[in-house]
Amino acid sequence: MNSLPEPVADRGGPAQPLLIARDLRKYFPLGGGARVHAVDGVSFSIAKGETLGIVGESGCGKSTLARLLMQLMPRDAGELILDGDPVGGPHGISVAAMRRQVQMVFQDSASSLNPRLPVQDSVAFGPRVHGRSRSAALEVARAALRQVHLDPALIGPRYPHELSGGQKQRVNIARALAIGPRMVVLDEAVSALDKSVQAQVLNLLVQLRRDLDLTYMFISHDLAVVRHISHRVLVMYLGQVMEVGPVAQVFAAPRHPYTRALLASRPSMDPARRTETLAISGDPPNPVDLPPGCRFAPRCPHAEAVCTAANPALAGGADHLAACLIQVPGSGHSQAPGLEAAA
Amino acid sequence: MAEGMSIAPAALPAAPGARRRRNTYWGEVGGKLIRQPGAMLGAAMLAVIVLAAIFAPWIAPFDPNKGSILMRLKPFFFRGHLLGADELGRDMLSRLIWGGRISLAMGVVPVLIAMLIGGALGLTAGFGGKLANTLIMRVMDVFYAFPSVLLAVAIAGAMGGGLIDGMIALTLVFIPPMCRVAESATAQVRNLDFIEAARATGAGGFSIVRHHVIGNVLGPVTVYASSLISVSVLLSAGLSFLGLGVQPPTADWGLMLSTLVPSIYVVPWVCALPGAAIFLTSIAFGLLSSGLRAAMDMRGA
Repeated sequence: MNSLPEPVADRGGPAQPLLIARDLRKYFPLGGGARVHAVDGVSFSIAKGETLGIVGESGCGKSTLARLLMQLMPRDAGELILDGDPVGGPHGISVAAMRRQVQMVFQDSASSLNPRLPVQDSVAFGPRVHGRSRSAALEVARAALRQVHLDPALIGPRYPHELSGGQKQRVNIARALAIGPRMVVLDEAVSALDKSVQAQVLNLLVQLRRDLDLTYMFISHDLAVVRHISHRVLVMYLGQVMEVGPVAQVFAAPRHPYTRALLASRPSMDPARRTETLAISGDPPNPVDLPPGCRFAPRCPHAEAVCTAANPALAGGADHLAACLIQVPGSGHSQAPGLEAAA
Repeated sequence: MAEGMSIAPAALPAAPGARRRRNTYWGEVGGKLIRQPGAMLGAAMLAVIVLAAIFAPWIAPFDPNKGSILMRLKPFFFRGHLLGADELGRDMLSRLIWGGRISLAMGVVPVLIAMLIGGALGLTAGFGGKLANTLIMRVMDVFYAFPSVLLAVAIAGAMGGGLIDGMIALTLVFIPPMCRVAESATAQVRNLDFIEAARATGAGGFSIVRHHVIGNVLGPVTVYASSLISVSVLLSAGLSFLGLGVQPPTADWGLMLSTLVPSIYVVPWVCALPGAAIFLTSIAFGLLSSGLRAAMDMRGA
């Protein structure tokens, strides 16, 4: 009684990815036939117990992707498969069943809590929705607050405006945990916090993942944070996946010019190694009128004529892929290896 | 021994409950309201008017509907009639005290009903999707096209007039603005993250509205409703003045004003009394309302 709800039992075994997204698409119509390509054919999978980091500039579709996963907005195309079960559709599990297993923590810790409710009631709302009595739901809320290292007797009855930013974000994490999820989508969950608080919350997240067997999708624009917490990282640009791979490999040897540019734009801790040339300049192109071919070509230092011909698919090694013609033998790009090199 | 053990843990959860009561939103608003001199002046005036209305049968010195030909249009302090007597020789003070009942009811009841109906419509329009919004708000716009006084007079006139018809007319006049306030407050709340968070937990529309929207819409709607009460008192007086509200010989401030107008050159101060009563009641509600608005503004905190 004094603990969190049991998560839904594992069905597919450890080899079955917890979540597979296939060719997710979301367009926002602007009127007059124009539309914003917010998420444009994104595919990835998340293994059980893994943390997948998602990075990219603002406006690249990270948050839209999170909302598509949570079914907070309908997807225009694509498939979501949760532990072997498609979500939605005639043969799939319902959205409600999916939400029982996947929860989300929002970026703005202040606006994501109801200002008129004591925080324990906000946390208890999920268990209430999932059919628990008022007192049982409050009991779960207290357990969830303890789980994020908040004293339920002290913090629970307070209102959001009486808490600090870090405490509020812990409450938000507790709310996600109160349903007993298997996966948590963290959308810029620590971005709004002070650096010192950020570290505490990150460590808490790592500890929770171990203790509760959670799987994370960690969305952030902060490369250092993503590197710290993720096992694998996925780089997005203008609604598409540019590169995906194990975090150590992507950070040590980025394969896509965009990833290289992102990494080069990080501030260095060493004053001797200050950034002298701009890695990339200009703004991302307007996602309404997209250039043909590779999305990054207009800003890419290695762009050639072939790059504007077709949109490159993800290619490369077994688990480290990049959507760049340089990775494709015989693609026609001058830096690509020849066909014989691949053979 | 066993009983002593069981009491201790039960006593513990009482402590957070006690501090919670002190900290509720409405508790805080009440605390700020008490510290506002204007709002407290309004509350004091209202207390006098409301108490007088409630205890009218006991404190009114004369029968409000019994007149005497000899007493017609007498000035203040004339033979025990503290505030004089009207054109039919009825005691003014008694009629003012009894009239307060009607005026308060006409001020409060239409606003409360409009708050319920308009609030529900506004919530539906704000949270029920595009079609519901268009449907409800465009119908409200039609009502908006008419000036509120004209609309109230037209509706009351079409229905025949009288206390209940007047109330219905005023309620109909207040529903559109109330609906608009509720709709805009709902639209503001709807886009906040905690609504999305509630939806992500798997909650349906009804339970989100019940737990997360109503509490946040109630504030602005209450403030607006409190400001409408003084308007309602004035409008109902206007209806009675035109003969569309309460019918004679019932004591009502608007009606009294109307029947005393021809005598304004005979006993001007007596004729001004119903107007002063309407004015003071309206001011009292207005003061309380603006105090409430200030107390609910949490940005100052």
